Amino acid sequence: MAQDINNAQNEQRIERSVFSIQWVAFSTIVIKEVRRFMRIWQQTLLPPAITMTLYFIIFGNLIGSRIGKMDGVDYMSFIVPGLIMMSVITNSYGNVASSFFGNKFQRSLEELMVSPVYPSVILAGYVMGGVARGVMVGLIVTLLSLYFTDLQLHNLPVVIVVTFLSAILFALGGFINAIFANKFDDISIIPTFIITPLTYLGGVFYSISLLPEFWQNVSMLNPILYMVNSFRYGILGVSDVSISAAISMLIVFIALLSSISIWLLKRGTGMRS
Amino acid sequence: MTALSIQGLEKVYGNGFKALKGIDLTVKRGDFFALLGPNGAGKSTTLGIVSSLVQKTSGTVSIMGHDLVKDTFAAKQCLGVVPQEFNFNQFEKVYDIIITQAGYYGLTAKQVASHAETLLRALDLWDKRNESARMLSGGMKRRLMIARALIHKPQILILDEPTAGVDIELRRSMWEFMKKLNEEGTTIILTTHYLEEAEQLCKNIAIINNGEIVTNTSVKALLGQLKTETFVLDVDGDLEGLPELKDYQIRHVDNEHLEVVVDKGQGLNEVFSALTDAGIQVLSMRTKANRLEELFVDLVQDDNEVANQQTKEA
Repeated sequence: MAQDINNAQNEQRIERSVFSIQWVAFSTIVIKEVRRFMRIWQQTLLPPAITMTLYFIIFGNLIGSRIGKMDGVDYMSFIVPGLIMMSVITNSYGNVASSFFGNKFQRSLEELMVSPVYPSVILAGYVMGGVARGVMVGLIVTLLSLYFTDLQLHNLPVVIVVTFLSAILFALGGFINAIFANKFDDISIIPTFIITPLTYLGGVFYSISLLPEFWQNVSMLNPILYMVNSFRYGILGVSDVSISAAISMLIVFIALLSSISIWLLKRGTGMRS
Repeated sequence: MTALSIQGLEKVYGNGFKALKGIDLTVKRGDFFALLGPNGAGKSTTLGIVSSLVQKTSGTVSIMGHDLVKDTFAAKQCLGVVPQEFNFNQFEKVYDIIITQAGYYGLTAKQVASHAETLLRALDLWDKRNESARMLSGGMKRRLMIARALIHKPQILILDEPTAGVDIELRRSMWEFMKKLNEEGTTIILTTHYLEEAEQLCKNIAIINNGEIVTNTSVKALLGQLKTETFVLDVDGDLEGLPELKDYQIRHVDNEHLEVVVDKGQGLNEVFSALTDAGIQVLSMRTKANRLEELFVDLVQDDNEVANQQTKEA
């Protein structure tokens, strides 16, 4: 029995490069993350589909028909890009926050901590898992929106770039949140008190041109406004902000949060005693 | 050759508690090594630091010649860890847990498929491979952690209380598994509360108390410190007729059992002759287990007395 194991050990010991080991580790984390949110699809994929359908019906169809046009387009068409982006960022954030904290809570994170996986690879794996869920929910919401409106596609590269960068940024946010969380309540505080208000005030349902100048300037400090508007630009070709400024801002924030996350991982904050 | 080398390892927790006071420890390659000590002595902290689960305050740890800080990647590849508490995702399937762990060491599902099957069969988990881990019994969960720790073929296996809460039959089958694994070349380091386990399995032993190594020697040498040995005799006959033997301490456990304390190098012939003369038949004989326990208690008590004395003097 043990001899078989040892023979196998000697025969199968393969010299592998550091890169190939880290690549397999990265893929493993991503597959594990995708398997997790697919396994509990009733909690991860279904709720945003139902919520967004209700938004489409209530704000788009019922109320939207009385509002008329916003920035020169139908109200329903106006809110669809914002709602898709809202789904992407909340799900990217939520996936990483709940999964990483869950692993911490039931100590399965120790599997990774004893392994030779680099902190940057651990981070990349979890972030990619969050992006996968964010993009998948975004696609589901997009497909649902087609029932209510005819979506245009003004600039596909902008849509793809903004979607992925936004998902990455919020997945990083979820990761940092999970590192500092000590109980499950701690991973809902930031979404409830920061992300949701910023999303609602980020131009999902209105153009900031409707606001007085002072509040327009205040709105420009909201990073979600840039994501929603640049995504809307990719779909409809209308935006309240500069697309290049939005993409630059996303890249700067991603670089900043990535550095913080890797530093925290190396220190073992919230993980090692 | 050294499998594990620990030099001047210190750990001070945030609350000021000094869990390790600069310990030195060396484990040779191929060894079956036990780290023993009472609760809170520093065993789990030591293994936690070696496993990268606890941050050290100072000192160095080297695994198979690789410094854990300077050459983390190589050091971690040599190590398999079975912790005391269950630390896998209870909602994942048994097979997925094993394959995921292999992936963390750069091994794909295809590469480890046959090894995974060998391990799961050897640990009687093959039939459970598609079940969710939360459906397993406590013993199965513990064996799952052993299979998981071995999937990347580590050169050193760390086992923190591997048989805690496991029934006797299963414990013995796990001992056999670990013995064979060690015979085939894997260095095994374990902590246990079952001193019989350390006596049966281990070649070398260290006892830690109050964050310091009290003794670090071979099991044989440690047991050699025992001045006496106790034998338990199962007997049939009237024990009232047994004459007094001045060179032996004989204790009547009950009407069927005698305990005979024998000095080192002293024979038992005289006892057997006296029993035969008294018409008492010896049905079987065994050494009293937990010899190590006696030494353990003595060593830890001595160390505690020294520590208390030093505290008073301070």
